[in-house]
Amino acid sequence: MNNKSKKTIKLLSTVVLGMFVFSFALVPLYNVFCEVTGLNGKIELKATTEKGLENQDGRDISIQFISHNNEEMPWIFKPSEDKIKIKTGKYHTATFYVRNTTSKRMVAQAIPSVAPSNAATHLKKLECFCFEQQELAPGEEALLPVKLLFDNDLPKSIKNIVLSYTIFDVTNYKDAEMSQHQNSIDYQEDHVMETSI
Amino acid sequence: MSAVIESHEQDHHHGPPKGITRWLFTTNHKDIGTLYLWLSFAMFLIGGAMALVIRAELFAPGMQIVEPEFYNQMLTLHGLIMVFGAVMPAFVGLANWQVPMQVGAPDMALPRMNNLSFWILPFAFIVLLSSLFMEGGAPNFGWTFYAPLSTTYAPPSVTFFIFSIHIMGASSIMGSINVIVTIMNMRAPGMTLMKMPLFVWSWLITAYLLIAVMPVLAGAVTMMLMDIHFGTSFFNAAGGGDPVLFQHIFWFFGHPEVYIMILPAFGITSHIIETFSRKQLFGYTSMVWAMTSIAILSFVVWAHHMFTVGMPLAAELFFMWATMLIAVPTGVKVFNWITTMFKGSISYETPMLFAIAFVVLFTIGGFSGLMLAITPADFQYHDTYFVVAHFHYVLVPGSIFAIMAGVYFWIPKWTGNMYDERLGRLHFWLSFISVNITFFPQHWVGLAGMPRRYPDYALQFADWNMVSTVGAFMFGASQILFLFIVLKTLMGGKKATAEVWESSRGLEWTLESPPPYHTFTTPPKVN
Repeated sequence: MNNKSKKTIKLLSTVVLGMFVFSFALVPLYNVFCEVTGLNGKIELKATTEKGLENQDGRDISIQFISHNNEEMPWIFKPSEDKIKIKTGKYHTATFYVRNTTSKRMVAQAIPSVAPSNAATHLKKLECFCFEQQELAPGEEALLPVKLLFDNDLPKSIKNIVLSYTIFDVTNYKDAEMSQHQNSIDYQEDHVMETSI
Repeated sequence: MSAVIESHEQDHHHGPPKGITRWLFTTNHKDIGTLYLWLSFAMFLIGGAMALVIRAELFAPGMQIVEPEFYNQMLTLHGLIMVFGAVMPAFVGLANWQVPMQVGAPDMALPRMNNLSFWILPFAFIVLLSSLFMEGGAPNFGWTFYAPLSTTYAPPSVTFFIFSIHIMGASSIMGSINVIVTIMNMRAPGMTLMKMPLFVWSWLITAYLLIAVMPVLAGAVTMMLMDIHFGTSFFNAAGGGDPVLFQHIFWFFGHPEVYIMILPAFGITSHIIETFSRKQLFGYTSMVWAMTSIAILSFVVWAHHMFTVGMPLAAELFFMWATMLIAVPTGVKVFNWITTMFKGSISYETPMLFAIAFVVLFTIGGFSGLMLAITPADFQYHDTYFVVAHFHYVLVPGSIFAIMAGVYFWIPKWTGNMYDERLGRLHFWLSFISVNITFFPQHWVGLAGMPRRYPDYALQFADWNMVSTVGAFMFGASQILFLFIVLKTLMGGKKATAEVWESSRGLEWTLESPPPYHTFTTPPKVN
């Protein structure tokens, strides 16, 4: 095989490798793209650090809260108020009622979404229960707060906003990891015992 | 010194070894081409049998023959096997046979890798098909394997599916690197890029598409694997992932993939139409540019598969317009074929019949594609049988007719025997009529709202589904005739001349039929 062929092969292999890496790079690219543009109604899961958002010359908008339980998530999860009227440029605190109806300790994660999606970039949250996982004992209940603001740049055409939260059962994720860990420890202990005998 | 001469002499008398080892260890492009074509035909029959299970269940409303779970498995495997097992290996097989002969090269550039890229494929399909016998059954999430259907809700066999996709991807990537290196570095002296036969051009572009998108598919299934087994959350919303991301990654691969399955067909059709019209192709340069622009555009239209997923208006508009733009180079190609036939002395041998049917029926598939590209209309058509009709029109009387046309066109060259023209035409007419009976009614039931991927349907769709099933069984039976014709040609028949067809053009027709085991060991001169 001549040198020219070797060069072509090297080049093509680099392309292959590069495209494989690119497929993984699509993940952060997609998230950044969604966050920057607010497409998909995706909201950043962290508190805003922007200052000076509050002012008095806001306009009236209404916000509708929706809650969903993912799959067979058994908790009761619902907004305290279905619909509120607020002004842009003013923080407002809303709450969601949640109760663990099971007899097990469970961990949940809420994921927010905004419709229409072009309102997403104008939504700023100082605090939100969706920033962290919620762990509730059997029968325990709680009021989960979200402190939010829509900035004044919210497009004029938007008068009603739907803010939806889906609650996911993430208990098993923790359990699976822990039991796997436990198994490997058990195995090691057994193994040690065998050899000592 | 004498030892050197001896080995040199051995080389000269070197022919194919006998027995199974000829096929296992072969590095000969002709042998590997044959292997690819047979594998593809076997997969075509297996995938076809699965299609017949689907059509048999859909013969009448209600559940008759299979369980819904098994129906889903058939649906998934039919799609995967036809895409990765039938169409793609068939084109690779044709490339192996034709590309070295058409560019005047002695063999593919990387013969051992060629052997490897073929021989890992049967294992990929054994792994995939073995999942049918596993607990929980075969993959049942459709050939597009959308997460979370293919992650959270997948049967345990999904891991085997992922492994087989990895092998298929590796095979395709190695095959494509081989094709590109051969074309870029091993052309006969005087054959500039713009003198290459169009089949070679179409494969060069296809191979570039393959090395660009197969790694992305590998990435997608790797992410699935990690989500399933290693606790990551690429596509799981609970962990901060996004199932819609899966669709974006999949279709970033998937849309170039559909052009991978059609571009070589364009090349084959161009050769056949110019040969049987006894004219030079109307516009060679415009054909090359049309194929190149189709390939480039294929990277920026992927989201038209997911208009209903919830995209902003700007994105919907962009993907709609970009998609419609593809109609321009495609139109250039279709008009090129028509103007080539215009005022030609056309004769209608089997390859030409298949090629003309390709042009007509592929164009129908293209038009339904344009209808689907219109975003607001797509909200009505999405996930209906209209989509099924669309992609079967571009794949069955599109890709598969072109593959069959290519086989009829080149098989006298490969075997040295003419196929039975009478039977060939019978095969064509049976296939042509039955393919339309099968898929044309699916446009109507789709427009009327019949959703795809269900084992049952509402009563008003019963009549056309019955017609469709009858057509499907006719089409299936016609392909047994194809197998018979190919076997008959292998056994014997009228001897083919070197040029085979009256006005054949290209280097492969300067070789005797069948060509010697090693061809163009001294490169030919191209004017």
